[in-house]
Amino acid sequence: MKTFVALVPFLPLISFLIIGLSFKRLPKIITSLLACGTVLVSFILSIVLFFFIKEGHAPIKVNLFDWLPVYNSTIGFSFVVDQLSSLMLLVVTGVGFLIHVYSVSYMHDDEGYNRFFAYMNLFVFSMLVLVLGSNYLMMFIGWEGVGLCSYLLIGFWFKNQDYNNAAKKAFVMNRIGDLGFLLGMFAIYIVFKTFDFDEIFGRAAGIKIGTPIITLITLLLFVGAIGKSAQIPLFTWLPDAMAGPTPVSALIHAATMVTAGVYMVARSHALYIIAPLTLNIIAIVGIATALLAATIAMYQNDIKKVLAYSTISQLGYMFVGLGMGAFTGAMFHLTTHAFFKALLFLAAGSVIHALGGEQDIRKMGGLKKALPVTWIVFLMGTIAISGIPPFSGFFSKDEILLYAFEKNKVIWALGVLGSMMTAFYMFRLFYLTFSGSFRGTSEQQHHLHESPKIMTIPLIILAILSVVGGLINIPAIFGGTSSLQSFLAPIFTVAHKEVVKEVISHATELILMLVAVIGAIAAIAFAWYKFVKTHVVPEPDEVKRPVLSNLLYRKYYIDEIYQTIIEKPVLCMSSLFHKLDVLIIDRMVNGFGTVTVWMGCKARLMQTGNLGFYLVAMVVSIIAFLVFGLMI
Amino acid sequence: MEKYIFFGLSGLAIFAAIMVLVSRKPIHSLLYLILCFFAIAGHYLMLNAQFLAVVHIIVYAGAIMVLFLFTLMLLNLNINAELTKSRIAQIVAVTSGGLLLLTLVAVLRGFGTEAQLQSTSQIGIARNIGQVLFSQYMFPFEAASLLFLTAMVGAVMMVKSEKEK
Amino acid sequence: MRRAQIFLSFLILTKKKNMNEVVNSLKLMPINYYIAFCSILFVIGVIGVLIKRNAIVIFMSIELMLNSINLLLAAFSVYHNNPAGQILVIFIMVVAAAEVAAGLAILVATFRNTHSIDVNLLNQLKG
Repeated sequence: MKTFVALVPFLPLISFLIIGLSFKRLPKIITSLLACGTVLVSFILSIVLFFFIKEGHAPIKVNLFDWLPVYNSTIGFSFVVDQLSSLMLLVVTGVGFLIHVYSVSYMHDDEGYNRFFAYMNLFVFSMLVLVLGSNYLMMFIGWEGVGLCSYLLIGFWFKNQDYNNAAKKAFVMNRIGDLGFLLGMFAIYIVFKTFDFDEIFGRAAGIKIGTPIITLITLLLFVGAIGKSAQIPLFTWLPDAMAGPTPVSALIHAATMVTAGVYMVARSHALYIIAPLTLNIIAIVGIATALLAATIAMYQNDIKKVLAYSTISQLGYMFVGLGMGAFTGAMFHLTTHAFFKALLFLAAGSVIHALGGEQDIRKMGGLKKALPVTWIVFLMGTIAISGIPPFSGFFSKDEILLYAFEKNKVIWALGVLGSMMTAFYMFRLFYLTFSGSFRGTSEQQHHLHESPKIMTIPLIILAILSVVGGLINIPAIFGGTSSLQSFLAPIFTVAHKEVVKEVISHATELILMLVAVIGAIAAIAFAWYKFVKTHVVPEPDEVKRPVLSNLLYRKYYIDEIYQTIIEKPVLCMSSLFHKLDVLIIDRMVNGFGTVTVWMGCKARLMQTGNLGFYLVAMVVSIIAFLVFGLMI
Repeated sequence: MEKYIFFGLSGLAIFAAIMVLVSRKPIHSLLYLILCFFAIAGHYLMLNAQFLAVVHIIVYAGAIMVLFLFTLMLLNLNINAELTKSRIAQIVAVTSGGLLLLTLVAVLRGFGTEAQLQSTSQIGIARNIGQVLFSQYMFPFEAASLLFLTAMVGAVMMVKSEKEK
Repeated sequence: MRRAQIFLSFLILTKKKNMNEVVNSLKLMPINYYIAFCSILFVIGVIGVLIKRNAIVIFMSIELMLNSINLLLAAFSVYHNNPAGQILVIFIMVVAAAEVAAGLAILVATFRNTHSIDVNLLNQLKG
């Protein structure tokens, strides 16, 4: 069993090394077989591990080697597989495998094919290290690794400078978050003298609630999560990150990397439980992000940007869940979100592929006949994300809203508002893309074709998962057994002790669900009315909009604000230092050379070539030697 | 009595040396130098270094000065030595010379004021010198002959005209 | 000078002593006198080297310097009753002779180039 645990991350790593080190010499068949095959094997091993854990065995700990000797203990390079990490393993390897298969066909004509799969495998490896790590240091390694891979993959088409800028933006914002994470890690070490999860969480149980140092630690760790999971104020990198290929957006920004922050908070729940202030802050930040992103998404005209803002919004929901104490709910929503968001991104990729690269939804429409499979799976995903029962999104979102209602009614109300907006903009996207008549060029219309099987089969699998994914955690009122909750219960025992559970009667729960569903259906109806019945098409960019919609369309000018507040001063300072460097330091360094040359010029004058002068110099020197010899 | 002989010979030597510097024609300088050498040979005799005195006369006055004389005469260098250096150079030269004298005297002051010995040292006579030279200092003696060989060859090579090949 | 020698030989003849005895009856001067005398000769040689422009005279001044040193060495040798000093004097004379030969050869070669023995004209190594 332990070798399986070690194999799960290292198989993709080996494949990365093989593909990466052979540059372009491997034929595409070998690359795709190697890349997809290793992820598939990892997935199968994850299933084995999952069932092993499900049977009730103790978590598997694997210590590969003792890595850093610190004082009288060592920090080990070790993995742990318990319920939480086995769930994440399944999500990462499963969705990852489907996306790999999809990109075999999507990236087929790209000249950087091998490089793409190398980076994807490196990403899968980093993400697996992140979820498998048994101490904060291992998690940090994976954390940094996924940050790096997101940079590499976003800037995949590096010949375009805009894409490179987007990649840099993503990396830098991640870095800002990582600073918080590092500071949190240092604080953890100062307080607990160890990085190991078990030891920390064991000791944390005995600490008083509300201790300031723990609040500080959790806040700092949350800053890391803000950067990685694109919350306010570090979210602007995610829409720009759509510059990468669509499978990259699916894997990194929908399913895995951005959920690292959620996973980290869930893993550290023992610390967060004793810092209620931080939990409140997390919830507030989460709901603010959710609403902000939802409002922006309603006015975007690029398929991938709408999906990007939707991702940010759903991540906000996950953090709301964490903040309200619904750790299981947040993990549930993470899982279902992985399914339908990856599905939506891959379907969008299919649409883009069919239209030969067009991403503006104002130029789409009426694709239902030409792309039937894409149409049906997109519909499945959209319904799932809108929270309509019995699709998976409904169950997961509802659990979060339930906990929110218990704790804080305002957040609940805002959450319902947000889910209405989610339904609206998702269906707006759907209708504008698939309904009505085609608004693009006739040449594009000629080339419309359904994607090949390799692309559609993963889509279908993901659609099925989006539909039935809710089954893993059906709450009691529907007669389910909340299997996910009971599965994760051993992890979250501490949490569940603190949370006051089940004070809500079944009736209230049903009413809440009804409110949410009716709100969603109303939003969908409004969208249908606007975009199908009356065929409203968003205006082109040049048209002047009214103030409010312009504000939303321009994303609240947040990027511009960041540029003025942060970029310009930093650039000023950097040019100042550059001048300093050139004028002062370079002059000093060059001055050494100049002074030496000048001294040499002056010393050259001693060589007069005059014999008499040399003789005089000799005599004078001898006198000097004698005199100084006497003096000493 | 020895004092008078010493001062007489010393005064003669110094007078001759100054005349070497002061003379206008190089041939006069040369002749004054030979006079100086004779005075120094007298000093050698006062020290009972008989061998050295005779060798001194033979080698210096007999060979080296003759060499100088040949060069002067054959190259017709007996021009009026009106060539003088600039005033500054002369002042600097004399000053540095004077400083050197001061330094030397200061260094060697107070050296060996032991009692005056009888001049009965026999190490200067030819037999004793010969005994020491050919036993202890045999190797330098042979090396000196090699040195002469090198100097001869060098001198010939130096003046060999490059056109005659 | 001649009168003193006549007087001396007359003294000798009357006293019926030979050269050896005359010489042996001479006492040695204190070493300081020899040091002072040799230093003066040496410095005169140095001044001569620095003052003169005629190459031949410079050589002769060098010979003067060497001679002063020879005398001093011999004096020290007698004072410490060590024959090594006088042996060294012999070798210095050897070296001086060789040096004069080589130096004059250089002088002749230079004279061929510049047709003058003025040392101020040998400044091609300037700079």
